[in-house]
Amino acid sequence: MGKVRADAGPFARRPDNSAFKQQRLPAWSPSLTPYTVLPVFYFLALVCVLLGVWLLITVQNTHQLKIDYTDAGACATCAEMRNDPTKAKMNCDCVINFNVPKTFQGDVFIYYGLINFHQNLRRYIKSRDDDQLVGRKNSLKSPSSYCEPFAYDENAVPIAPCGAVANSMFNDSFTLTYHPPAGAAVNVPLYRKGITWYTDKNVKFRNPSTNTTLQQAFQGTAQPPFWQKPVYELDLDHPNNNGFINDDLIVWMREAAFPNFKKLYGILNRAHTTFSYGLPEGNYSIAINYNFPVQYFQGRKEVVLSTVSWFGGQNHFLPIAYLVSGGLIFIVAIVLTAVYVKVGRSGKNMEE
Amino acid sequence: MAREIGEAGDAKSSTIKKHKRKKTKKESKTRIVHANILYDHAKGGDNPNRHYANNKIKTTKYTLLSFIPKNLFEQFHRFANVYFVFIALLNFVPVVNAFQPELALAPVVFILSVTAIKDLWEDYRRHRSDKEINHLDCLVYSRSERCYVEQYWKEVRVGDFIRLRCNEILPADVLLLSSSDPDRLCHIETATLDGETNLKQRQVVRSFIDLDAEFDPLKYNSVIECEKPNNDLNRFRGYIIHRNGRRDGLYKDNLLLRGCTIRNTEEAVGIVIYAGHETKAMLNNNGPRYKRSKLERQMNVDVFWCVIILLVMCLFSAIGHGLWMYQYGDKRPVFDVLSPEGTDLSPVVSAIYLFLTMIIVFQVLIPISLFVSIEIVKICQVFFIHQDMELYDEETDSHLQCRALNITEDLGQMQYIFSDKTGTLTENKMVFRRCTVAGVEYSHDANARRLAMYQEVDSEEEECLSHGGTLPRRESLCSQHSGKVVLRSQSTKSHRRTGSRAEAKRASILSKHTAFSSPMEKDITPDPQLLDKVNDCGSQMEFMRFHSQLLNQIPPDLCDVFDFFIALTICNTVVVSSPNQPRQKVSITLQKKLRQKRFRTRNVMKSSKKYLDGCKDSSSLTTNRSSSQRACSSMLSSPSAESTLTKLNEEHFPGQGLQQAFSPVPPNYDQAKASAPDKCELRYEAESPDEAALVYAARAYKCSLVGRLPDQVTVELPHLGKLTFELLHTLGFDSTRKRMSVVVRHPLTEQITVYTKGADSVIMDLVRPPSGNELGKRQRKILFKTQNYLNLYAADGLRTLCIAKKVLSKEEYAGWLRCHLEAETAIQGREELLFESALRLETDLHLLGATGIEDRLQDGVPETIAALRRAGLQIWVLTGDKQETAINIAYACKLLDPEEEIITLNAESQVQPKLFILPFLVHRLGLVIDGRTLAYALDKSLEDKFLAVARSCRSVLCCRSTPLQKSMVVKLVRNKLKVMTLAIGDGANDVSMIQVADVGVGISGQEGMQAVMASDFALPRFQYLQKLLLVHGHWCYSRLANMILYFFYKNAMFVALIFWYQFYCGFSGSAMIDQWYLIFFNLMFSAFPQLITGTLDKDVSAETLQELPQLYMSGQNSEEYKPYMFWMNMIDAFYQSLICFFIPYFAYADSNVDLFTWGTPITTLALFTILLHLGIETKTWTWMNWTSIAFSIVLFFMVALCYNASCPTCYSPSNPYWTMERLLGDPLFYLMCIITPIAALLPRYALLHLTVLRTLTIVFMYESVCKYSFWHP
Repeated sequence: MGKVRADAGPFARRPDNSAFKQQRLPAWSPSLTPYTVLPVFYFLALVCVLLGVWLLITVQNTHQLKIDYTDAGACATCAEMRNDPTKAKMNCDCVINFNVPKTFQGDVFIYYGLINFHQNLRRYIKSRDDDQLVGRKNSLKSPSSYCEPFAYDENAVPIAPCGAVANSMFNDSFTLTYHPPAGAAVNVPLYRKGITWYTDKNVKFRNPSTNTTLQQAFQGTAQPPFWQKPVYELDLDHPNNNGFINDDLIVWMREAAFPNFKKLYGILNRAHTTFSYGLPEGNYSIAINYNFPVQYFQGRKEVVLSTVSWFGGQNHFLPIAYLVSGGLIFIVAIVLTAVYVKVGRSGKNMEE
Repeated sequence: MAREIGEAGDAKSSTIKKHKRKKTKKESKTRIVHANILYDHAKGGDNPNRHYANNKIKTTKYTLLSFIPKNLFEQFHRFANVYFVFIALLNFVPVVNAFQPELALAPVVFILSVTAIKDLWEDYRRHRSDKEINHLDCLVYSRSERCYVEQYWKEVRVGDFIRLRCNEILPADVLLLSSSDPDRLCHIETATLDGETNLKQRQVVRSFIDLDAEFDPLKYNSVIECEKPNNDLNRFRGYIIHRNGRRDGLYKDNLLLRGCTIRNTEEAVGIVIYAGHETKAMLNNNGPRYKRSKLERQMNVDVFWCVIILLVMCLFSAIGHGLWMYQYGDKRPVFDVLSPEGTDLSPVVSAIYLFLTMIIVFQVLIPISLFVSIEIVKICQVFFIHQDMELYDEETDSHLQCRALNITEDLGQMQYIFSDKTGTLTENKMVFRRCTVAGVEYSHDANARRLAMYQEVDSEEEECLSHGGTLPRRESLCSQHSGKVVLRSQSTKSHRRTGSRAEAKRASILSKHTAFSSPMEKDITPDPQLLDKVNDCGSQMEFMRFHSQLLNQIPPDLCDVFDFFIALTICNTVVVSSPNQPRQKVSITLQKKLRQKRFRTRNVMKSSKKYLDGCKDSSSLTTNRSSSQRACSSMLSSPSAESTLTKLNEEHFPGQGLQQAFSPVPPNYDQAKASAPDKCELRYEAESPDEAALVYAARAYKCSLVGRLPDQVTVELPHLGKLTFELLHTLGFDSTRKRMSVVVRHPLTEQITVYTKGADSVIMDLVRPPSGNELGKRQRKILFKTQNYLNLYAADGLRTLCIAKKVLSKEEYAGWLRCHLEAETAIQGREELLFESALRLETDLHLLGATGIEDRLQDGVPETIAALRRAGLQIWVLTGDKQETAINIAYACKLLDPEEEIITLNAESQVQPKLFILPFLVHRLGLVIDGRTLAYALDKSLEDKFLAVARSCRSVLCCRSTPLQKSMVVKLVRNKLKVMTLAIGDGANDVSMIQVADVGVGISGQEGMQAVMASDFALPRFQYLQKLLLVHGHWCYSRLANMILYFFYKNAMFVALIFWYQFYCGFSGSAMIDQWYLIFFNLMFSAFPQLITGTLDKDVSAETLQELPQLYMSGQNSEEYKPYMFWMNMIDAFYQSLICFFIPYFAYADSNVDLFTWGTPITTLALFTILLHLGIETKTWTWMNWTSIAFSIVLFFMVALCYNASCPTCYSPSNPYWTMERLLGDPLFYLMCIITPIAALLPRYALLHLTVLRTLTIVFMYESVCKYSFWHP
């Protein structure tokens, strides 16, 4: 029985003559004529190629060096030792020598890389408790069910940090030494702190608040089963780099996207005069405390030294992508031009 | 009221059911109604009516309590909803869950709640309208106050007495007990029920007819026993049992239905029989129609394919995961997390778990929002079609109605149009053109000139570009439809119908209540020759009457003229009303005399009533007309029919003198005219326009119908004044007999005369000239001449009707009457018996003459047909008209072309249609087939051949086809040729065809509303079909088709991204796209632009679509959405997702990127790509497109930024804290944002240009030549 319109005259039901209701809204229709399209194509091609060239030049100025130490040289024995469950807990050190052919100018980043380590498995990703990692007391005592089966140890003591991610933390450590052509070997100084996202270190990861020592804060928790030391003793050199806010832990807890990945280990400290311009060319050795087993999953371990450009590490893909795209667009533009010219002629013929 | 009825639809069923269940215990087969006032003191307790539904209507579906469970239950009837809920619930199983379970519920809950809110709002509106209706006032008799008091409708109960005044709407189904009308009649308008605007008469129950005093409810103590509530508007049976045990039958003529309006009657009183939901009007409400469009069927196939793709992808992942697990053997790597219980999972088991997980992760492939989006878009499309100015008709103040909301896109895919002729192609404004009486033709040249003038004014105003064809021998028709511009711009449109048409419009607005009465139809210029004859005849008769001479001394041709006009005037069902008081019946001084007469007749009835009362069989339930009842009763009460008749005679005309039959008005023609009580013009309301046309024609010859009562007709004649014919029977028109008859007692000759009017083919067969004598010879001559003229009329495209009469001797009448009464009182097969009875009467007729009525073509019909044809639509005309008329109309509206070879199939038997095997080599063929041949052609053995022939013809015309045949033809074409069919018609005879076709279109014209009620779309005029199909149909189809394809693409592209990632995460089902983006991507970030494009995009402008109807063919051939396009889109989707996946992959490969820092750019890139893809597909960009795309992007970044900044621990297990913020500071992110969409869309964009160029589609050529001047900018 609806409302009776006030203006119930003879044309009461006449629709409104508004542009919207009559579907006559002013509209722009992209015209598909050669004169509008072809310039766009050529322009795009040019932009892509130019950007590509520029990026390529930038990338060429970066350096990267990978040293696979899984079973290289002296580390072969360590690898075998890790393969043997009975000797799993035994300490093993090895040294690997390598050569830096060209000076790494600027900031040099030292990464550890893992090949074939799937940090991105669905169940693995979930196996952590963010509440625990921000230091909530409750979660410390009763970790989230996501951490299962690494939430409690066999004695039903809650594990801190719980979950598979923390449990599988990479625990090799490196010491880099520079052997200058003349003079004594110099230990390459590394920043081992400040390698995380600021927000991670200050927001996402907090230690349980305590008035006493960190150890007491973690009282009543167990260390993850694969760990050799408790969480509050991760960095013995820096007392405030322990617990959940340990940089190595934070870096590890940021799960890598691909099975082959690298994670930041340290940044060259350029305060030292020898390294003020970066990493000089020459011979180096790296002493590895070899703990992390990779043989079970056909994995590899490596150390990566790299400088970065303004858009990331040494990666030739993006410049090439730009160049290739630019080229393709150019080809398409030429094909289109050819077709237009041909059709245009026949079109003219048709008109005539 | 109409609104109420419309909305009441679906909701009532449950309430009804409840009531019904209750009642089955209480009453078995019938309903017994007592007067409530007898029980007032008892307040319900023992009121026998207490179990009946009260008049309160409640059309709402839900109550506050039942809303949630009931609405959910209804929503889960849709399979998709169940599927999505299943997936959401799967998330709660820890082993397989992929997302935060609560989050996974969000989209389903969102979709369900949106629908629920929509339902709630609709329900609320129903509730409000119910309330409004329930609180209308009406007068109900109150025992305590002994008068009628105002009460709300909802308080009316069964058994209440209700007083109704003129123009009031009936609150319930009421049995009419008293009427202020002297004839105890009550007129109602049933427009809200069936849309018919003519008045219908209802009678007071017979027992109360004689009450001369006002009806007093207190004295009422009868009991009514009647049928249980049912939805048959045309049936009502029951008894009224009086205290003295007398029973009277009740018929549908006694019942006033809820929703009707009282007209012409000052006051009426009745008792409520059915109330509220049990009224016939409410029981007749059907909800909106649901059809599934072709596009949707096609879409469902592809949804099915999506399911297959989904399963394949899940299976692939599951197997991959199993193998991946297997390769590690027994030594589990540290990153392979065991099940929460710490137990090892075998590769097979984890593969099975993974399969389920993948279904959750990939669920987006079956788009949850697709169904909702399609519904939204369709609602918008319907809105726009409703709003189109060009589909609005000023004359009737009506616009297009979409009655089926979900098949708009079918309009763009039609291939065959089946059209009715009368009222669809033509205006159904019947204009009397010419006639032939007694073998003499009266060409009515002046009348023809008058009609031509109307046309000229029309054509002058409507700038005329082309003149319609050169058809010799069809001048009259050609002049009628001079060509018009097919397309009119908005500005000219409003001035279009001016001149005579505007006058007509004004007239029709003024006289809105009266159908068929534009001046064109009313002001007929008489033919002078015929007028002379009529006058001559009248004066002769007058002379003879005064000299008491026998009438048969008048020359036979004059006699025929006289009878001819009598037949025109009375052989119909026209109701007379006066225009000054709309819908007020004329009360003339005649009334007094009629009263006296009535009194006499009533005596007869009383005498016969005794018999009827004694007769307890159900014959009293039959719905006799009062006249026949009376005859019946008198007949039955007397030993022989002969004596009854004589008695009747005596009672009516005791003096046997002719003068008694005349009115007391002095029999001077001029004087009679001057003293005519109704100086104002009379108005005729007819059920069909031809009837009105004939009555108006007769009036032009001063033979006017001045009054019609159920048992008599009063006619005013020149010289003779008013004559009253006693109406003995009316044998109504039916489509099988194709004629109607009235049986009257001729007041001048005292003979029982049958006047028959009908289609020439049947009447001509029934005419039997007496053999031998002079009279017979004359008759044969007339017959021959008339036949010639009939052919001539038909050739002129006129509708022909033959008028015949028959004089019955009393014996013959008595003999027929006996059979007829048996038929009328029969319980079983009454219709057939009545039909046979009518057949028995209508034999050996005496031909009087024939009329030619012109049914003018509607505006723009030839242009519309031409345009539709160019659009590749096959147009078949199915008409009940005769072949010649149909062919001529077909020529007139350019359906047939003079250059065409016409094959006419008129077979006498099944053997003949060998024609079908003829090789057809002529390239332009028209096929004309008549009803009888059609019956053979539709036979199983021949239908294939028939179709083969019909397909090779350019146009097909089926004449003389019955409604059933119409629907059979449509069904045949639809099923055999697998084409999309549209049926358009305006009358009840088109209903079956409209229902059978894929899309039924009703013309909301003058012939009632049945066609509209059955239709999916209702148009005010045929020519609007052009815009509806060519523009709206095309748009709806192309918009929806593109949107659906885009949807499939979008979801496939998005899901494929995750699929590629499975190769890098050991097929473990992890997703680099955060769960929030994954779940809300479809629902929020990418939803709006496609809705806007799906609603507003115009691939071709309306003007171009109308100028180039060929463009419509793209819809017919489903070119926008062919099966391969789905796969092309899928391939494109996979390609684009590969780009969107691998550019970020290689850009970040071998870096220290983490999962979400890498996944978020992918989401962003996918969003950009998807939106840009839409941009490529969008043909017209309005500010709404820009806004929606900008909104989507802004929304995405806002949500991402807020989400990533809000809480580091809340969205466990995923933790994308500060990711987006950090990305926005990363140059690499921007570099990827530039290159990825370019690379992803390059092939599609390039291909678009190539195809546009290569195929050189008409659109492109046209638009570039006209608008952009292709090569010369």
